[in-house]
Parts: sequence; structure tokens; C-alpha cells
Amino acid sequence: MSATQSRPEPKQDEVYSALASARRPKPPGRLSMCLTFGWRGMLKIKHVPEQLIDVTLTPVLFLLMFTYLFGGALAGSTSEYLQYLLPGMLVQSVLFTSVYSGVALNADSTKGVIDRFRSMPVWRPAPLAGAVLGDSVRYLVAAVVVVVLGLIMGFDPGSVTGVVAAIALIVVFSFALSWIFTTVGLLLRAPQAVMNAGFMGLFPLIFLSNIFVDPATLPGWLEAFVHVNPVSHLTTATRGLMGDGASAWEIGRVLLEAAALAAIFAPLTVRLYRKAS
Amino acid sequence: MSAQLAIEAVGLVKTFGATRAVDGVDLAVPRGAVYGVLGPNGAGKTTTIRMLATLLRPDAGSAKVLGRDVVAQADEVRSLVSLTGQLASVDEDLTGRENLVLLARLLGFTRADAKARADELLEAFGLADAAGRQVKNFSGGMRRRLDIAASIVVTPELMFLDEPTTGLDPRSRNQVWDIVRALVAQGTTVLLCTQYLDEADQLAERIAVIDRGRVIAEGTPAQLKASVGQGALHVRLLDADRRDEAEQLLARALDAQVHLEPDPARLTVPVTDAGRATGAIAELSAAGIELADFALGQPSLDEVFLALTGHPAEETVDEEEAA
Ligand SMILES: Nc1ncnc2c1ncn2[C@@H]1O[C@H](COP(=O)(O)OP(=O)(O)O)[C@@H](O)[C@H]1O
Ligand SMILES: [Mg+2]
Repeated sequence: MSATQSRPEPKQDEVYSALASARRPKPPGRLSMCLTFGWRGMLKIKHVPEQLIDVTLTPVLFLLMFTYLFGGALAGSTSEYLQYLLPGMLVQSVLFTSVYSGVALNADSTKGVIDRFRSMPVWRPAPLAGAVLGDSVRYLVAAVVVVVLGLIMGFDPGSVTGVVAAIALIVVFSFALSWIFTTVGLLLRAPQAVMNAGFMGLFPLIFLSNIFVDPATLPGWLEAFVHVNPVSHLTTATRGLMGDGASAWEIGRVLLEAAALAAIFAPLTVRLYRKAS
Repeated sequence: MSAQLAIEAVGLVKTFGATRAVDGVDLAVPRGAVYGVLGPNGAGKTTTIRMLATLLRPDAGSAKVLGRDVVAQADEVRSLVSLTGQLASVDEDLTGRENLVLLARLLGFTRADAKARADELLEAFGLADAAGRQVKNFSGGMRRRLDIAASIVVTPELMFLDEPTTGLDPRSRNQVWDIVRALVAQGTTVLLCTQYLDEADQLAERIAVIDRGRVIAEGTPAQLKASVGQGALHVRLLDADRRDEAEQLLARALDAQVHLEPDPARLTVPVTDAGRATGAIAELSAAGIELADFALGQPSLDEVFLALTGHPAEETVDEEEAA
């Protein structure tokens, strides 16, 4: 820090010497650029911790509310319901978090800073790839908060490897899903609009799934939707991994769906990003 | 032929839906000076800059920046230019220092070099005290300075500056102007978009006046003023009693209507050419009419714009500011 002798005025002679001393180093590799953008993502979390509070507070409220308010009515006892609900809460909280990927990208592209990156000799997808790092931190925080709270409330997690595998599966699926929101993020004008659109799209998928209730109790047409809903598939696999075990098909199905989402929406995002005006 | 030109654009067109934002712009920007692009809000300045800086692909026409095609050789262009956009192109959530370190890292500086370069720039631009603050807490002038500092982490051969002083107080404006002058003195070419006539007049060696997506006039500030025609000779006599005599003489010598100012010692005569004006001055002194002072006034760029476009430059054509 050289704050002691600084002046609030620009100094013409120092501007001259700063200009004269600027040499152009060898351009960094693509990986290094991605890591630099990852560092930017971390800085943003550090400076705007509100985004983590949103991410963690919502699942905490949901978990407490559903367990203690509806648990008795839905499953007979709160402890039984917690056992059923917690894996789904884990899914829900991380999926909601993935909307922020689109919100962050939109905030970038509607401000001038993305223009600077795009006018520099920077590998075009690097800002996107770097954002992934910030996203993963958010996903992990959301997941850890839910698991820790669940443990405090008396959830029996089965095995540690099961929990880790479940979180890994959810994070993989969320990355795939986040490409939808980044696409939306580049199509809409304001971060708030992206947030609203994302949550509006997610709510039906989350509530019309097997997260909260056993689909067997639903009317037939609704049960049919719940059964094809990828969020249900993810929740089933998560429950299995955190309980009696998941079949290869249950896990494979989630990975396939994730791959399909990414295959459609990742190229779309990159295309929109390239030509974003 | 184009080796000497920093920018050579021919027939650039960009349309957004029904709006022809840029409607056939030609530019020939020489190296090593400030080139002003002057026009009112909505004229197409930002869109033109964005095409030249490889952010937008032209719908028609072509452009070379430092000899490289902006579409086919976009990567090469990007490694030679930098852009200070109309919207602050720095990250508001990060601190001033973090912004500069980030850019330096992206340009290939090592971690230690990036920090040193950031501090050097912060110090030079008078931002060292604020370096650890988030940019969203910066004043408008500080943000602009940081924005320009961010553009010279590596000194570019060509710098695009889009309305660098819009919204700044006069003091901050002067600071930005000084920085631009330093840049040019170091050999950087600057393409400066502005809606301030004063700014173009102060900084630019040549100016393209742009209105509704077209270049409507081009030249040095003096040429532009001359092209609108008349300047005026302003004369103040030492002895106000001889004004009538002076009036007759000037009317004859310059073949024009002499205007008598409210100040009894002053006269103003429209002139078409400076040579005849000096001749008239000489005749005055030959006749023994002594002058307190005289000046050959040129029309202001405001008048130039009004004459060229039929509407004043400061008029806001379009409220909807484009990104
Ligand atoms: N991305 C865009 N979408 C639609 N219209 C745009 C867009 N960018 C600019 N325009 C329109 O193009 C015209 C020129 O805009 P711009 O280049 O920003 O002018 P200036 O920078 O001279 O104020 C304006 O009418 C503006 O509304
Ligand atoms: Mg503009």
C-alpha cells in the first residue's frame, strides 16, 4: 500500500512514465485466463456476500418450515418426514442457486465490463468458464448448509460417501441446468428479470416433483408428470445415495438428462455470448 | 496507401430492426493524434466504435484498424487497441486495484508484476487512496480515470474513448483531457466520440461530424469552421470618435456591412478571407486610426453544427441510450 503519499489528482509526469513503462507481456494460456476469471468470481462472492445469504437462507427456511409445519401431516412424524424431505431439499436449494449463474452473466453483459473483456485478446469463453468456479462455490455452500442443518435436526445420512456422491450428482446436474439460465440471462434485459423468469420456471418443476410428497398420493395426470420430471429423477437418485442405495439406472438417467441439457443450452449460450451486442 | 492510417472504414452499416444506427460511415483516421467523432446523442457514435473495436459485426462495409480487418483479423485488432466504453467498463463490485490486477493478469502479467503495474497506474491517476474501495463507491471522475487506467495497463496503439467526460464536472473533465493529451504525446492514436463541441475542438486534430448514422462533414476544426463560411473581424479603436471614419473605410475595404457594437469604440465586420482582413487592418493604420486591439473570430463549432444539420448539437435526439 502506498496510500500514505498519494494525491487525489492525476500526476501528468507519472501518467507519462506509466505510459512509457507499459510493456506487453506474452499472452497467457487459456487455462490461466479461465482461472483469472475464476478468481474474479471469488472476489465477487467476497464483496457481495448477499448472494450467499440468499442462497443459504431460502433452503434453511424451507427445511424448517416443511419439516415442522407439514411434517406431521404429510408423513405422520417430523423425524420420518425429515428423512424423506432432506435429500429433496438438497436438490431444491442447489437448483435454485443455479439461477444465479444466469443472473450474474446478465449483470455482466448489461454493464460495460463485458465489452472490455470482449475488446481484449481474451479467449472468448474464458469469462463463462471462469464463472463456473464461482458457481461451484455457491452450489457447495448451499449443499453444505442443508446437510449440516439436517444433521442438527436429526437426519440420518447413511454413509459419508453416499452424501458426497449425492452432492456431486446434484452439482453436475445443476451445472447442466445453469446453461438454461445463462441462455435466458443473455436474452433478457435486466438481472431481476432473469431471476424472476428462472424462479418461475423452476417452481413448477420443483413442486411437481417427488421432493415434498410421494407421487402415489397424487391424481393420475399429475403423477404422470411427476414421473417424467427430471427433478424427480434427481431426487430419487439423491434419496437412494443418501439412504438405501441408488441403482445404476437411477444415476445414469440423471447424467443423461444433464448431458442433454448441456448439449442443447451450452452451445446456445456460447452463440448468444459471441454475438451479444 | 493505408499504412499511414490508424483507421480506414468504408461504408459501414449497422441496423437494429428498423433503426439504421450507422448508415454508411467512411472514416480515414491518421495515426498519432486525437480524431474526434462528434455528434448528438443517438447519432451512431457508439455503434461505430463497437464495430471498429470488433464488438459488433458490420452489416455492410468494411474497416481496417491499424491495417487489420476488423472481421477477419479481429484477434489481432484486439491485441492492439483498447476500449473505454460509454458505460464504465470496469467491474463495480471489485475494488479499483482488483480491477487493474484482473486486467493485467488477463494480459499476461505475473501476479507480482500485475500488482506493481496496478499500483503504478493508481498512483499516477491519483487513485491510490481509493484503491481498496469498491468501484461502486467511486465518484464519476474517479471511475472515468480508473476506466482509462484500465485501458492502458498495456499502452495500446489505438484507444477508443466513448464520451469520456459526459456527466463529469469541469475539474474532472480537465483531468481527463490532460490524460488524453499525455496518451497522444506518447504516440497513441485516440478515437474520441463526444457530443461536446468544446471537447472536440480542444483535443481533436481532425473531426468527423456524424448525424443520423452518416458523416456529414470532416476536417480539421478550423476547416469545419471555415466551411460554414464567415468568420468576423472584431476591432476596438483607441479613439471612439473616429468610429464613423473607420466604419466607412472597413465597409469599402472588405465590401461588407459593418456592424456597430454597443461599445462606442467597437466594430464588427463579417469576413470571408483572412488575407483581406489583414489588408483592411493595414489600411486603418495607414489612415492614422489607431487600434486598441483586433481579433479575427471564427464561428464556434456550435454554429458549425447548426449550419450543417439544421438542428443544434446539444439537442437530445433520442432518450433511449443504447448499450
Ligand atoms: N443494441 C441496440 N438495439 C437497438 N437499437 C440500438 C442498439 N444500439 C443502438 N441502437 C440505436 O441506434 C442509434 C444509434 O445509437 P448509438 O450508436 O448508441 O448513438 P450515440 O452513441 O451516437 O449516442 C440510436 O437510435 C439507438 O437507439
Ligand atoms: Mg453513445
